[in-house]
Amino acid sequence: MSTIHIPVLRFGTAYRSLDVIRFTVGERTIEVSVANSGLIRRDLPKLSASLAALREIPAETLVGYMEKAAELYLHGHLPWGDGPELQSPDDYVAALSQLTGLPYSLGRGNMAKVHAAMSNIRKVLDGLTRGLSLDIFDTGVVDQDGLAVNFFPQTNSLGVLLPSNSPGVNSLWLPALAMKIPVVLKPGREDPLTPFRLIQAMIAAGFPREAFGFFPTTHDGGDTILYGTGRAVAFGNDTTLKKYAPYRHIQVHGSGRSKILIGDDYADDWANHLDPIVHAISANGGRSCINCSSVLIGKNRDALADALARKLAAIEPLPRDHPDAILSGFANPKMAKGIDERLEEFLRTPGAVDLTAKYRQGPRLVEVHGQTFLRPTLIVCDDLDHPLANTEYGFPFASVLQVPQAKMLDVIGESLVVSAFTKDADWSADLMTSTNIERLNLGPYSTMRVQWEQPHEGNLFEFLYRRRALQGDLAAV
Amino acid sequence: MSSTLTVPQAQAALDAHTRKLIKWHFSPETGCDYWLKWAKQAGWDPRKEITCFADIAKKFPHFDDDVLRTEQPERFVPKAYAKRPYNVFETGGTTGMPKQRVGWDDYKTDYEEYSNHYGPNFFPKGNWLMVGPTGPRRLRLAVEHLANYRGDSCYFVDLDPRFVKRLIASGDTAMARRYQEHVIDQAATILRHRKIVNMFTTPRLLENLAERMSLVKAGLKGVFVGGTTMTPQYVRFVVEEVLENKINFAPTYGNTLMGLAISRKLTKADNYSLTYYAPQPRATLRIVNPDNPSELVPYNEYGRVELTTMTKEFFVPRFLERDEAIRRPPCAEFPWDGVGDVRPFQSLTKTIIEGVY
Repeated sequence: MSTIHIPVLRFGTAYRSLDVIRFTVGERTIEVSVANSGLIRRDLPKLSASLAALREIPAETLVGYMEKAAELYLHGHLPWGDGPELQSPDDYVAALSQLTGLPYSLGRGNMAKVHAAMSNIRKVLDGLTRGLSLDIFDTGVVDQDGLAVNFFPQTNSLGVLLPSNSPGVNSLWLPALAMKIPVVLKPGREDPLTPFRLIQAMIAAGFPREAFGFFPTTHDGGDTILYGTGRAVAFGNDTTLKKYAPYRHIQVHGSGRSKILIGDDYADDWANHLDPIVHAISANGGRSCINCSSVLIGKNRDALADALARKLAAIEPLPRDHPDAILSGFANPKMAKGIDERLEEFLRTPGAVDLTAKYRQGPRLVEVHGQTFLRPTLIVCDDLDHPLANTEYGFPFASVLQVPQAKMLDVIGESLVVSAFTKDADWSADLMTSTNIERLNLGPYSTMRVQWEQPHEGNLFEFLYRRRALQGDLAAV
Repeated sequence: MSSTLTVPQAQAALDAHTRKLIKWHFSPETGCDYWLKWAKQAGWDPRKEITCFADIAKKFPHFDDDVLRTEQPERFVPKAYAKRPYNVFETGGTTGMPKQRVGWDDYKTDYEEYSNHYGPNFFPKGNWLMVGPTGPRRLRLAVEHLANYRGDSCYFVDLDPRFVKRLIASGDTAMARRYQEHVIDQAATILRHRKIVNMFTTPRLLENLAERMSLVKAGLKGVFVGGTTMTPQYVRFVVEEVLENKINFAPTYGNTLMGLAISRKLTKADNYSLTYYAPQPRATLRIVNPDNPSELVPYNEYGRVELTTMTKEFFVPRFLERDEAIRRPPCAEFPWDGVGDVRPFQSLTKTIIEGVY
C-alpha cells in the first residue's frame, strides 16, 4: 500500500506537519498535513511577497495561465502530493468519491463545472468588472468612454474556508488569482484533493508558487485565516453567519434556501415544467446551496407535489461508479442518520407530509452499495411556519407550499437563488426589486443554472477591489 | 528534579516518603483539621494501614477538589504550621468561587528543584520576564522566586485567564483578541526596553509575542512555558520557528496542587513528543484507566492523569486531573513513570475551552 502525503503549502514552500489526517483510498493511504494556527499567523506576513510575485505578471498572461490550468485540471496528470506520484483525472474522481461520497458521475460533473469556470475566465472577469479591460489589473486605470476609471486592491489576499460538500465551490476563489490577489485556502476536511489539484494545475500552467497558501487546519486555524486576511470567505450555516457578522471583511455564504416560485401564469401549466424543478432539487446530489429547497405555487399544490414526489422517488442510490448515479453517499453515515431522525421528528409536527414516502422503494435512510444514502424527500407543507417549510439539507430535499403569488415575496426570506416561473411584467418588476434574492432566474429554469458572466453570491471583483476617484494629470499612470 | 536513583531505589524512596507523610498528616500533633476529621469519619487509621505508596491507591478514594472551594482554607493548615501565616493560592481559570490551597514553602522548594535541574547555561544570568496569570496564583511568586534563587530579578505582565474564559464563553471573540493584544503589547514593550534574558509564559502568548518580534534578536536565551496542551507538531513549531532553534526551551506540566513536572530533554527519537516527570516523591503522577481508575494503563497508552501530592504542607491523594496523557516508562534522568503528550481529558470527544492564554 502506497502512502501519499499532501503537504501544507506555505506560499512557495511545502511543509510536512507532525499532525496529519489519514484517509484510506483503495490501495493508497492519504496523509494530509495539518497546520497549527500559529504557523499560519507566521506565514501571513509573507503575503506581500506573494502579491509582488503576481503583480509582476501581466493580467493577460495570468488569464492565459488560467486557461491552460483549466485543461491541466481536467485532463492532466498532476502531483498527488509532495512525492513523485502523479494523479490522473480518474484517480482524482475515484479518490474524491471515497472521501466525500460523491459518485463518479457527479465528480466528473463538478470537474467540468470548475473547468468551465477556469476556461471561461475572460467571460467571468468581463462579467465581474462589467467589461473593464484586463489592464485594470496591471495599471489600475482604464479609459471607459473617455473617463479614467481607477480600481485598487482592498486586500493583499483572499482567505477561503472551503466546505467539503461539493468541489464545484472551488470555482469561487479561482478568479482572484487572475485578478492578482493571492489566496489562503483552508480545504474542507473531506476534500483536500480538489483545491490541491487546482493549485498544482495553476502552478504547472505558470502561476507563481508564492501565490498559494494551502492550510489544512483546525477551526482555530480557520479563524486565523479569516481574521488574518484582508478579505475572506467562509461557508456555513446561520450560526456561522452570526459569528462573523461583525466583520465586514468576511463574507459568509450561509444556507442557500434557494426557491422556485411558480407564478399564476404558469400555475396551470406546471406539468410541462417538472423537469427543471426536479433538476433544481436533485442535481449535484442536492448538495449545493443553489439546489432548490422550496417550491411555492399559488394553486394546484397537491397535484404538483404528487408529480414531483413520483419523479424524485424514482431516483435510487446507485454504485459510486454507475454512470447514471445522481445521489451522493454520506462520508459520515452518522450525519445521514442525524438528518433522517431530525426529519422524522419534524414530520411529527402537524401540517407536513412526506409525499415521497409512499412512492420510494424502502426507507429514506438506506445502506447500499457500500455507502449510506438518504433517498430524495419531498414534503408538502400547509404552514409557512412549519420547521420543514423553509430549510435545506445536503441531499435532494424540498418542500412544496401553496402561497398566493402576491404574498410570495413577503414570505420567502433570504434566498440565494430564486427561479421565478413567470412572464408577468408587474411581478417581474417586484422580483427585480426584492432585497431577499441574491440571484434571480426569470422563466422556467433550474436554480442550478449558471451563466459565467453573472456573479455568484456577491461580486468577487467588488469584494477585492474598490473604485477610487482619480483626477488631475494622469500622464504618469 | 532529576535523580541518580535506580527504579527500585526510587520506588523505595517513594514508599518511605509515603509512610513519613501519612504519619505527618494523620497525627493529631502535626496534621490538619480536614484530614484528621476525614480519618475519623472513614473509620480507619492511615498511619497503620498505609505502608507503601501502592496502599494509597488501595485505601484512599479520589480526592474531590471541590472541597478546596467549599471548605475554609484554615481547615487545611497542618498543626505544625499553625503559627505561620500562609499564602492562599487559587487555581487558574476557574470562574465562580475559586478553589484555594494554602502554602508556605512548597513553591520555593518546587522551583528550587526545578532551577537545580537546569544548569547556568540553560537559563543564563540576567533578568526574567513573566507574561501570564499573576493575581492570586502560586505561579507569580514561584517565578519570581525562581529568578531570585538564580540571583536574578523578574518583570511581570499580567493576564487574567478568568476574564478571557468569560469572553470566550460569551462568544465575544473580538474582545478576547483585543485583550490578548493588550497583554502582548505590554510584554513587547518590556522586551524592547529592558534587558530580558529568560522568560516564563504560556505557549500561546509565546507564539503571539514572536509574531511581533524575533525573540532571538530580543536577546532571549531561555524560555520556560506551561499552561496548555502542546502536541508534537506544536512543540516542533515552537522550537523551529518561534524560538528559531536558538533559544533553550523548557516545557512544564503543572498546577497549584502539584507543583511542576519537568519535561525530559527531547531527543530525535522523541519526534517532539513531550514527556513530563512529576517531582517525585513530593508529587506522583499515574496514568489510570478512565473506566477503572484503580488500574494503570499499559505503557504507551493514553489514560487519565491521577495526581497524589504529599508534602508537609499539603496532602492530596489520587486526584483525577482533567487531563489525559500517554503513560511513558522511567528514563535515565527520572526513574519513575512519565506522562506524555498531555491533553484535556476526552478532548477528542467534547469541546473544551482551552488555550485561553
